Amino acid sequence: MDNSIVPLAISVVYAVRFRKYAKINRLPQWENLFRNALFFASLLFVVEAIIGNSNYTRWVWHLLLLALVFVPFQRSEFRPMRSYIIAFMPYVLLSLVNNFCELAVPEFFKTYEAYFFNGIVLTFIWLLATLYSQNRQFKAAEKERIKREHEDEINRAIAIRKTELEGLVTERTAELTRQKEELEQTLEELKTTQSQLIQSEKMASLGELTAGIAHEIQNPLNFVNNFSEVSNELLEEMQVELDQGNHEEVKQIVADLKNNLEKINHHGKRADNIVKGMLQHSRASTGQKEAADINVLADEYLRLAYHGLRAKDKSFNAKFEADLDSTIGKISMVPQDIGRVILNLLTNAFYAVTEKKRALGEAFEPTVLISTKKVANGVEIKVSDNGFGIPAKIIDKIFQPFFSTKPTGKGTGLGLSLCYEIVTKEHAGELKVTTKEGEGSVFTVLLPV
Amino acid sequence: MAKVLVVDDERDIKDLFEQHFRKEIRQGELAFVFSYSGEEAITYLQSPEHEAVLILSDINMPGMSGLDLLKSIKERYKTPPPLVMMITAYGDEENYQRAMQLGADDFLTKPLDFKSLKEKLKTKIP
Repeated sequence: MDNSIVPLAISVVYAVRFRKYAKINRLPQWENLFRNALFFASLLFVVEAIIGNSNYTRWVWHLLLLALVFVPFQRSEFRPMRSYIIAFMPYVLLSLVNNFCELAVPEFFKTYEAYFFNGIVLTFIWLLATLYSQNRQFKAAEKERIKREHEDEINRAIAIRKTELEGLVTERTAELTRQKEELEQTLEELKTTQSQLIQSEKMASLGELTAGIAHEIQNPLNFVNNFSEVSNELLEEMQVELDQGNHEEVKQIVADLKNNLEKINHHGKRADNIVKGMLQHSRASTGQKEAADINVLADEYLRLAYHGLRAKDKSFNAKFEADLDSTIGKISMVPQDIGRVILNLLTNAFYAVTEKKRALGEAFEPTVLISTKKVANGVEIKVSDNGFGIPAKIIDKIFQPFFSTKPTGKGTGLGLSLCYEIVTKEHAGELKVTTKEGEGSVFTVLLPV
Repeated sequence: MAKVLVVDDERDIKDLFEQHFRKEIRQGELAFVFSYSGEEAITYLQSPEHEAVLILSDINMPGMSGLDLLKSIKERYKTPPPLVMMITAYGDEENYQRAMQLGADDFLTKPLDFKSLKEKLKTKIP
């Protein structure tokens, strides 16, 4: 019985391994066959246990093992198992040879029994070692396979994620493009709004002027009418004097008539300038620089601003003075824009003195002064008022767009910011303010020449 | 000879008056003095020898307005104050009312109708 444990163990290990292989590789007949072999080995072992060891059963074991080893060895479906089979071969063959020699040449066997025994032990060790080594290789391969499967799985997951992400990116890109287009459109709208605002600021300041313009046109027209009327009368008188032969008087009247015609011409031009100025003021700036007389602009807008406010508010009154440097001559500028700056500064100055007048009453004499002066690096235009001045805490904000101290609806808050743009950007000049709270402000424009 | 003070910030008004009243000036019936602001007019009226019996004043002037001037004259001269005629732009109802309240003796609109002014002066000046 002791002898049979080894073939049983070998048959079982071997058959179990092959059955598993057959099962994995879907070889159902082979699977059955190996199951039967297992069954047979077990039965043989039990029979031996009952009837005791005999030479017959030993040969049956040999046959069983030979069959197990050599039948699959020739089959192509078991090619991957060959190294496994080879592990068993030496033991199966040597144990067979051993038994054969024991039977056939007992003398010889007896003499070399120790060698036979060692040989079998060696083949058994070989079997164990090979199995062990194969097992290790198998495990390593299995590990590698699992690792690869895992990696494949990760790669598959990555691929799926990648597709998802690409979809997401496309979606986001589309969204961003849409947002960009929306923003571009909004920017376009804002630009339009800005130019509309600038235009409405111009129109608002024109509105402030309307009454002043009416007054300023009416005045020269009155003179044109009055001087032409009086000239007509003078002509009649001259006729009388001529008839009387009064030459000295005639000479005097002729001189007056000449003077009157000059006056008519002067006042006609004055009205003409006002209308031109108004049209220029309402028109979008051409941005074209031309030689213009800063003194004419200053004087014209001083009157327009004054009479404009005066016509809107009858109680308004202020002293105004112009101190103009006649040596300046014509300088290069965008006249309608500089005119707008002057007008704005003057309107603010008049507004400031009116506020103070309202607060202080009779005792206060509101005064606005505009002066021009030739300086080393250009021309300086100063607009001063004796109003309340600008509080220190807002002085930094006055040139910012939409900043206004006037009540809602009274100011756009664009006046000074536009002035600043025109002076600093368009004319590369400077716009500065000095102010003393309670005493007044001075705005200084420096235009480089 | 009656002296008339004309107050207006437009300097050309002087030529107009002198030409329209050429004959009257030459014949010594009327004399004109001109002031170009309310303040100037007050200074003139403060001089003892001013002799002005009638004042013609524009309302719309920078600094001291015609109405301020009117008020000042009517306050200063209790008996008898010089005649004051106010001149202003056409259709200015508000200034008209104010001038009347302050005691203006007459009211003229621009552009001045010198013919009717002449008539008025003849009847108003004693």
